[in-house]
Amino acid sequence: MTFLPLRRLLLLLTLATMTTAAVAAGKTVTLLNVSYDPTREFYDAFNAAFATDWKRRTGGSVIINQSHGGSGKQARAIIDGLEADVATLALGYDVDALSVQGHLIAADWQKKLPYNSTPYTSTIVFLVRTGNPKGIRDWGDLIKPGVAVITPNPKTSGGARWNYLAAWAWAKSRPGGSDATAEAFVKALYRNVPVLDSGARGSTMTFVERGIGDVLLAWENEALLAVRELGAGKFQIVIPSQSILAEPPVTIVDRFVDKHGTRAVAEAYLRFLYAPEGQLLAAQHYFRPRDVAVGAKYTGQFPTVKLVTIDQAFGGWRAAQAAHFADGGSFDRIYEAY
Amino acid sequence: MQAALAPTIPFTARKPRRVLPGFGLSLGYTILYLSLVVLIPLAAIFLKTADLGWNRFLQVVGTPRVVAALELSFGAAAAAALVNTFAGLLVAWVLARYEFPLRRLVDALVDLPFALPTAVAGIALTALYAPNGLLGRLLEPLGIKVAYTPLGIVVALVFIGLPFVVRTVQPVLEDLDHEVEQAAATLGANGVQIFLRIVLPAVWPALLTGFTLAFARAIGEYGSVIFIAGNMPMRSEIAPLLIVTKLEQYEYAAATGIAVVMLLISFFLLLGINALQAWSQRRLLGTT
Repeated sequence: MTFLPLRRLLLLLTLATMTTAAVAAGKTVTLLNVSYDPTREFYDAFNAAFATDWKRRTGGSVIINQSHGGSGKQARAIIDGLEADVATLALGYDVDALSVQGHLIAADWQKKLPYNSTPYTSTIVFLVRTGNPKGIRDWGDLIKPGVAVITPNPKTSGGARWNYLAAWAWAKSRPGGSDATAEAFVKALYRNVPVLDSGARGSTMTFVERGIGDVLLAWENEALLAVRELGAGKFQIVIPSQSILAEPPVTIVDRFVDKHGTRAVAEAYLRFLYAPEGQLLAAQHYFRPRDVAVGAKYTGQFPTVKLVTIDQAFGGWRAAQAAHFADGGSFDRIYEAY
Repeated sequence: MQAALAPTIPFTARKPRRVLPGFGLSLGYTILYLSLVVLIPLAAIFLKTADLGWNRFLQVVGTPRVVAALELSFGAAAAAALVNTFAGLLVAWVLARYEFPLRRLVDALVDLPFALPTAVAGIALTALYAPNGLLGRLLEPLGIKVAYTPLGIVVALVFIGLPFVVRTVQPVLEDLDHEVEQAAATLGANGVQIFLRIVLPAVWPALLTGFTLAFARAIGEYGSVIFIAGNMPMRSEIAPLLIVTKLEQYEYAAATGIAVVMLLISFFLLLGINALQAWSQRRLLGTT
């Protein structure tokens, strides 16, 4: 048995390492996905699945970094220079800001991917304590005296804006409903809110950990998470007679994918959200999938509920924002008379 | 804030030649440093606010909600600083004057609020004082609500402000000459008289500085307050939260507008406290 001289062996090893490193470096792409709070667990699983799929199809490796936070805060971070390749935020208004305030994406971004660029949806449901001691069945029960409602501040929380609009749309759809009755209803609802957290996760903690309130207005995915994982047996979900179709959109950030040369992989990443595997993962993480076949497997998890869309009921995000959440909007009027 | 720390030296007409040279260099460096660290960022805030124009500026800062938030922020900060002035003096006195087991440990505990991330403090205090919390559960039957009320804000601000008073007063107390107190005692002064006539005048400037620091720190505090406040508009919403709210709506100029008002009020309050300090110092020195 002959041995290689040590020096030659080391040289060979070094060369081999350098070649592998060079090959790997040549093909490894890094993506940054800037998202909102409740998608943390979903994208952890999705990123791994996409990396495997990408490797299988192209042979290249892709590393996806995640950033999570309040939706508005995340949009502001991107505008202020966080170089996200893709943005997956809580509502269209925040993605719009990337176009209007940041000039980072085209104004017609929402038309670039199927279903308004929202591969998965959610809705707003009620989370109550087990046994539903206050007998909360629908929106109307939330304004009864003695019912404490937990919802975040719609000025700072994307989720809270969906809550607010869902309440408004329900009140307006009542017999004899109008903008005036809807405003009165929402006003009465906020009279029953004892704590106004700045974000959706904060409200969930107030309700679940601090034991404040009788009902939490929550994303369906947060509510399912709370019921199954945070406090099994302590909470139950109440589905109101009508709610809103919450569409958290996704987009490529044009400016930064062009700068990084990552457009192809970023596009594939977002497309994979619409593929059966991505849809399945979304459903497993409590987001309503768009894919009918995947949805059919999860009908038990996602009960049928009458949903209005923001375009039907409010004429889109820009109009909703101006009428309700901008300075002097309907939300400001609620607290004016205090 | 920096100015409050500087001891006020009575102005003498003819200055003696300094032993250590380098006045020009050190002054130049001071001005450069203060410009980079303090003045330029502050100027940026004023510049951004100028985008608003007078009308819109007054509109933004004059709304009842902003006024209520400013009142709450400054009121709670003053209340907390006042509590800390008394409690801090007591803690400093005990640490400076007595030897007891674990004194060093207690001494180190005082600094903890400095080191702890404020969000951690806020969450911990909220967990304690929430109606289902360890302390909140005991206070609830008495009708005292702390978490999610302005009282909770004061509690959080007391927590973060305590070290400022203790750490400014303690060294002065340690340097205080016991013999003066003993002399007063031999001359027939009682305990209260010794404290009011001997000890208090000596620690008064440091106490005022401690109050100022605790107050200034509390005005801008965000991290800990946000968890315990409940954030109800007109009732328990602090001004820094309104600034963040404006930012979330991409209204940068409106956000800096509120910041400018906070800065101006803080500046004049601190200036007033400094003047008070200088005046009391002069009066004290004048009597000797």
